[in-house]
Amino acid sequence: MKHRWWLVVLLGWAIAASGKAPDGDAILAAVDRNIGSDSKVSTAHMVIEGRRGSRTVAFRSWIRGMDESSTEYLEPPRERGVKMLKLGDQLWAYYPSTDRTIKISGHMLRQSVMGSDLSYEDLMEDPLLSGLYDPVIEGEEVVLERPCWVLHLTAKRDDLAYDSRTMWVDKERFVILREHRFAKSGKLLKTTDVTEVAEIDGRWLGKTIEFKDALRSVGGTTFIVDTIDFDEEIPEYVFTKAILRK
Amino acid sequence: MIRFLIKGLLRDRSRSLFPTLTVVVGTALTVVMYSWIRGTEADIIRANANFNTGHVRVMTRAYTAEVDRTPNDLALLGADELLDELEQRFPDFDWVSRIRFGGLLDIPNATGETRAQAPVTGLAVQLLGEGSIEREVLNLDNALVQGGLPAAPGEIVVSDELATRLELELGETATLISSTMYGSMATTNFTVVGTVEFGVAALDRGAILADLEDVRFALDMNDAAGEILGFLAGGIYDEERTARAADEFNAWIGDGGDEFSPVMGNLRAQSGLATTLDLAGAVSFALITIFVVVMSIVLWNAGLIGALRRYGEMGLRLALGEPKGHIYRTLILESVTIGLIGSVIGTSIGIACAWYLQEKGINIEPFLKNASMMIFNVMRARVTTTSLFIGFVPGLLATILGTSISGLGIYRRQTSQLTKELEA
Repeated sequence: MKHRWWLVVLLGWAIAASGKAPDGDAILAAVDRNIGSDSKVSTAHMVIEGRRGSRTVAFRSWIRGMDESSTEYLEPPRERGVKMLKLGDQLWAYYPSTDRTIKISGHMLRQSVMGSDLSYEDLMEDPLLSGLYDPVIEGEEVVLERPCWVLHLTAKRDDLAYDSRTMWVDKERFVILREHRFAKSGKLLKTTDVTEVAEIDGRWLGKTIEFKDALRSVGGTTFIVDTIDFDEEIPEYVFTKAILRK
Repeated sequence: MIRFLIKGLLRDRSRSLFPTLTVVVGTALTVVMYSWIRGTEADIIRANANFNTGHVRVMTRAYTAEVDRTPNDLALLGADELLDELEQRFPDFDWVSRIRFGGLLDIPNATGETRAQAPVTGLAVQLLGEGSIEREVLNLDNALVQGGLPAAPGEIVVSDELATRLELELGETATLISSTMYGSMATTNFTVVGTVEFGVAALDRGAILADLEDVRFALDMNDAAGEILGFLAGGIYDEERTARAADEFNAWIGDGGDEFSPVMGNLRAQSGLATTLDLAGAVSFALITIFVVVMSIVLWNAGLIGALRRYGEMGLRLALGEPKGHIYRTLILESVTIGLIGSVIGTSIGIACAWYLQEKGINIEPFLKNASMMIFNVMRARVTTTSLFIGFVPGLLATILGTSISGLGIYRRQTSQLTKELEA
């Protein structure tokens, strides 16, 4: 698993060497391979633009596989110590000020995370898209001075947060540089734009990503990855509910 | 002469009973309907003023534009300073800051897990400390069903219906799950110390009432308020004074192109009440007009029938040399007598019915299950000075009008034909 990113490089080389356009499935599989890892520990911060100014929320995350993640908020002081735990399709939030663990479910999943342009639903989403969407190549464009495939994804199931997505995937690095997410009605719900990419441990990823909830007239959230370590050993208790009140 | 006419009316009931009954019924209906409309209008104004808009309300321009979704991210900042300014500049009003919020009320079990949960509509008002008029404005002492009102920070009261639904005991901890004004999810523990019933379905479904400072802390709204409400002394809404105050305030603040600058509006200009109030006025006017017209037609018709029946009498009186004008005037005098008697009886009955509706009211709660409008469950009539003459005057006028038209037939009688007519 540690050398999964080599598969991405090899796949990219194979796609390029074949001299013909790959199909959407192959591109999406390459994107998924680029994202996937056994585990990762990261620190990041979000700069959330509101109508009255901006605020910064910092957090540390531990992620194992695709289904388990634990997040502890570090800043601002009011949010310090708030924790979130995702196990499979369940999500809990712990608030030290009330010593309460709240299960986030139902309509609460559509709420904004810390006032950002991301929703809890976005956090709950399986990052591996190939199992959820049918991709079709729509064309080629240049984004961030990088040649990209333009993929249109259609949901395989009805219960996904986004019914369709259009994404611009770096042809060589298989990083999603831009994405538009749509509702079943075709209405644009969210956009993401990568403004900075970085190569870490041999894999390319978006380091600075701008999220925009298209239903909000103003604002936007810049998500910045500060540090990220892949395939780190993470203690088992980090992915248990006990971590929340620890 | 009048005594003679009254005797005639009493002895010949066929010429007085039907017109009198018509006037009685019409007058009574008008009084009841008018009082009912006035009562309903006053209740809507009172409910909206007390629980929603105040007599005037100050919000940011941005908040005003999206007021239906209670956008606390667009709330007034520096609210305490603005409140002081309003108190100095508009001393006729009592000013209060409020925060409206939504969220979930989560009741934990012994292990801290969710035992029960329900969506709530929250209202934060100044409950603690001196000098607040909120207890009186919200009629909290009468609204209290169980327990007491918050007396210390961290205490809330909830609607009795909500407490029953959540099987909530007094003294239990309830966690409010809501959003800060910056959009983060926020949880705050409160102790439930009482339950209330406001008699407004929109609130009684799931309201919680907390102290302003507690909610400011909970929602990260330090020195902020969603809205500042102004109430005229005596609690009576005055359209002109409130509109004048709003104009003065808005001229003083100016626009400045800032969406967060405060703007004042009076009750009528908010919550779609202008339409409701205009409608109530129009219905009152239409009611009285229709009443006068219909009653005049009915009484005119009654007069024509009476004239046919009294054809011989009129002819005989003319034959005896009584001038047409005198006969006409006696008919008018008769109608004035009928109008007076009918209007007095009708107004008395109407006032009695309206008084009953004012005291007892009619419970319309079953029709308000999903209503979001601030309206009391029990609608009441309101007996005012106007109720005394709103039916009386038209009752009298309609009778006179009806007789005036039908009585004109007297002038068409030919004296030369009288003997023939009387023989026939």
